[in-house]
Amino acid sequence: MCPEHIIELMHEYLDEEISPIKEKELREHLKSCKECETIFHELEKSIAYVKSISNLQAPEHFTANVLARLPKEKRKVLMGRWLKQHPFLAAASLFLVLMTGSVLSTWNQEREFSVSKQENLVVKNNTVIVPAGEVVKGDVIVRNGTLKIEGEVQGDVTVINGEQYLASAGHVTGDIEEINEVFDWIWYHIKKTAKEATELMERSDAK
Amino acid sequence: MEAIIKKRIKQVIKGDQDAFGEIIEIYKNSVYQLCYRMLGNRHEAEDMAQETFIRAYVNIKSFNQDRKFSTWLFRIATNLCIDRIRKKKPDYYLDAEVAGTEGLTMYSQLSSETQLPEKELESLELQETVQKEILKLPEKYRSAIILKYIEDLSLNEISEILDLPIGTVKTRIHRGREALRQQLRYV
Ligand SMILES: [Zn+2]
Repeated sequence: MCPEHIIELMHEYLDEEISPIKEKELREHLKSCKECETIFHELEKSIAYVKSISNLQAPEHFTANVLARLPKEKRKVLMGRWLKQHPFLAAASLFLVLMTGSVLSTWNQEREFSVSKQENLVVKNNTVIVPAGEVVKGDVIVRNGTLKIEGEVQGDVTVINGEQYLASAGHVTGDIEEINEVFDWIWYHIKKTAKEATELMERSDAK
Repeated sequence: MEAIIKKRIKQVIKGDQDAFGEIIEIYKNSVYQLCYRMLGNRHEAEDMAQETFIRAYVNIKSFNQDRKFSTWLFRIATNLCIDRIRKKKPDYYLDAEVAGTEGLTMYSQLSSETQLPEKELESLELQETVQKEILKLPEKYRSAIILKYIEDLSLNEISEILDLPIGTVKTRIHRGREALRQQLRYV
């Protein structure tokens, strides 16, 4: 019968915490004891096996899937990034927006439900529906109401002071945007002005 | 490395999700591996690994920036997996069997679709055997063994992740090793 503490020494060895004296004791015992030698060998082998499977990789699109599940990014950051990418446009647009001075007053005035005019939009109370199977052409803008998209919108979707629901079968070719705060409202105008300015420049370039 | 992480964390705290994407890229494999080895099911592992990063993102302000980020992250992942194991309902096993995407089936799918060289087949079989034996360990030995030998972490880090004294971690690793020895000796 082997001394109980030999097994203890094996674990100390495997933890790399054994003292030289104890290591010598262990080695000498293993040389003379077949049984303990087998146990020691089996321990080392099972560790090697476990280590050998440590090469698994995360599934495809893992990062994108996590990012899609995160709470919405703070608008300040989004805006910061956009401003960095379009500094001149942003400055020019902000100037134009503030010059017209109407942005804030329109925000306060426009509390009533309204929707862009496309024939195949269905309106019930304050809910606008893009019916399944229908294709709505052009940008859809809903103010102070809810938009449900079951069909297709060929253009941008903007919901001001409301919510939009995109059914799994629904489809929007352009951007979707919800605007629910004054800050968003100004932001929206800056971008809109910038977009118009860009388009204007592109058009005059094309001529 | 740690300096880059610290910089990215500061950006994340400001709300920058792109910076968080970079953090995910760095740790996704080790977090997914930890979850998979704990749970033995690809679908569940992906779920828990995603959840780990989402919790990290949401709670990033409570992370002490003087500590190692990976320790904190592994702690979230380990706790989520242990919770999941404890909550595992019996019907989940049924689902997994019906879905048939785990364990042995990965091997059979591969072997029926593609002719792998003998050697790779053998190593795949071995990997599955080892995974199966790890799953047989009680969860407290399992987590310690995985952190030690698959994530290759020090006893100190493991003790921080599991929030246990080093002595307890050692005992768990010893018992885990002993159990694995008995299970894997004839492989
Ligand atoms: Zn002996």
